[in-house]
Amino acid sequence: MTSDRDGSLLRVEALEAVYGGAVQALSGVDLVVREGEIVALVGANGAGKTTLLRAISNLLPATRGQIRAGRIAYAGRDVSRTRTDALVRAGLVGVLEGRHCFRALTVEENLIAGGLGRGSGRADLRADLEWVYALFPRLTEKRRLPAGLISGGEQQMTAIGRALMGRPRLLVLDEPSMGLAPKVTAEIYRVLVDLNRERGLTLLIAEQSVTLALRHAHRSVVLENGLSVLEGGAETLRARDDIQRFYLGPRVTAPARERQPA
Amino acid sequence: MSPDLAFLVEVVVGGLLSGVMYALVAIGFVLIYKTSGVLNFAQGAMVLFAALTFVSLIERGLPFPAALAATLAVMVVVGLTIERAVLRPLVNQPPITLFMATLGVAYVIEGAAQLAWGTQVHALDLGIDDTPFDVAGVLVSRFDLFAAALAGLMVALLTLFFRFTRTGLAFRAVAEDPLAALNAGLRLPRIWSAVWIASGIVALVAGLLWGARLGVQFSLSLVVLKALPVLVLGGFDSIAGAIVAGLIVGAAEKLAEVYLGPFIGGGIEGWIAYVAALAFLLIKPSGLFGQRSVERV
Repeated sequence: MTSDRDGSLLRVEALEAVYGGAVQALSGVDLVVREGEIVALVGANGAGKTTLLRAISNLLPATRGQIRAGRIAYAGRDVSRTRTDALVRAGLVGVLEGRHCFRALTVEENLIAGGLGRGSGRADLRADLEWVYALFPRLTEKRRLPAGLISGGEQQMTAIGRALMGRPRLLVLDEPSMGLAPKVTAEIYRVLVDLNRERGLTLLIAEQSVTLALRHAHRSVVLENGLSVLEGGAETLRARDDIQRFYLGPRVTAPARERQPA
Repeated sequence: MSPDLAFLVEVVVGGLLSGVMYALVAIGFVLIYKTSGVLNFAQGAMVLFAALTFVSLIERGLPFPAALAATLAVMVVVGLTIERAVLRPLVNQPPITLFMATLGVAYVIEGAAQLAWGTQVHALDLGIDDTPFDVAGVLVSRFDLFAAALAGLMVALLTLFFRFTRTGLAFRAVAEDPLAALNAGLRLPRIWSAVWIASGIVALVAGLLWGARLGVQFSLSLVVLKALPVLVLGGFDSIAGAIVAGLIVGAAEKLAEVYLGPFIGGGIEGWIAYVAALAFLLIKPSGLFGQRSVERV
């Protein structure tokens, strides 16, 4: 197991990113994820969560964005120029915001596609499918259905299952709770937390719901206007008046912010 | 069967069979459009290039199988080269940029083909005699039947490939959602290469059939223009759509020529498909089977 000297699996330093060559989306983000941790990335819409996660998976070029400055290290290596497929094979696997299932493909084909990305052989594929179906039993009965026809929660499970087929060491999730009923969200988080506890899977989760983040994460990083502004455990975040007011308090009056592409 | 009805059936069958050949050209477009969002205008030039290479090799005395194998190899190289040298550097550029690039490629290939093999018209004989034969009073061209069978085989092979192989699964995933495919670690460049090879092979089959029908000459590259109404009708991203639309266009052309031609002057066959495509666009812009594009990343 390689990681940085201080035990960090992922380290982002002073990262800046732009879209279309001009629109500044990240203007200085620092983030450390240690092996075995669950880290939540918290922030309002447009704070740069999605951009940061896409930068980590090197997906920005595919969305006309680019890294301007800073450094991303994974397992002790600079990966800001490493292709996404190489990252996946190194164990850094992402789940996109909005699920992004292959809608015309069956649930099982979706999962297999995740295994193909890793380059799994036949035996590995079969074993990993069993494993994913055991984690999300609801997918078992839907395995032959096109992913476009199943519920949002099941699509999120399919998307996570597809990422798990890549046998990740660090799983990066972009708003897994988006648009889902609380019960489904709870089910998904239970699986994620179990994976973390039992298999040591490291998780970086962008989450708009601070409540959820504080409940499950070991640490949280707050992103505001493309800057990481605060980092700490649940206690630190709860103690902060402004976080309490903006994200947790009864009067939810988010300040008007400059909107940037999420 | 009354003579009138027999004639009608004959016209329709003839139209359907030539429609299969339109479909064959259209499929070459669909393959590339589906996986990379590029409308490959060079497809027609590739058809010409394949036919010209094949016929020139035959004329230089190569036996049929050797010429076929050599042309196949050449088309694989051509497909790979276009993808690697032109489209890969332009990845993530707007669609119009990519389209213009393929337009340029089309002229380069046409020029290169004529530079290498000359500009005269070649006759291409595939060894299938074109005498019509009689099926229950309907005359059917033997060559058309052969062409249709070959095209059908091609489509069946492609379908099996996409349905049952890993590369096929990866192809469908990329076609469905390129960003998600990239994110899942699928190697898009590898899939693009595979698709360009496949479209090179489709161009070869189309080139041989069209070449045998029309003679191998510069105007062969204009079969792309025949494929456009088929694509509009069938949707740019559906192989099934390309086949059905090819059949519809083929049959409609012949029917219009025979039954409408006498009233508004002959030569309808050349343009009726475009009128039909235009009318169709106004009603259903995404085509018969095309996906309504919600978002494209």
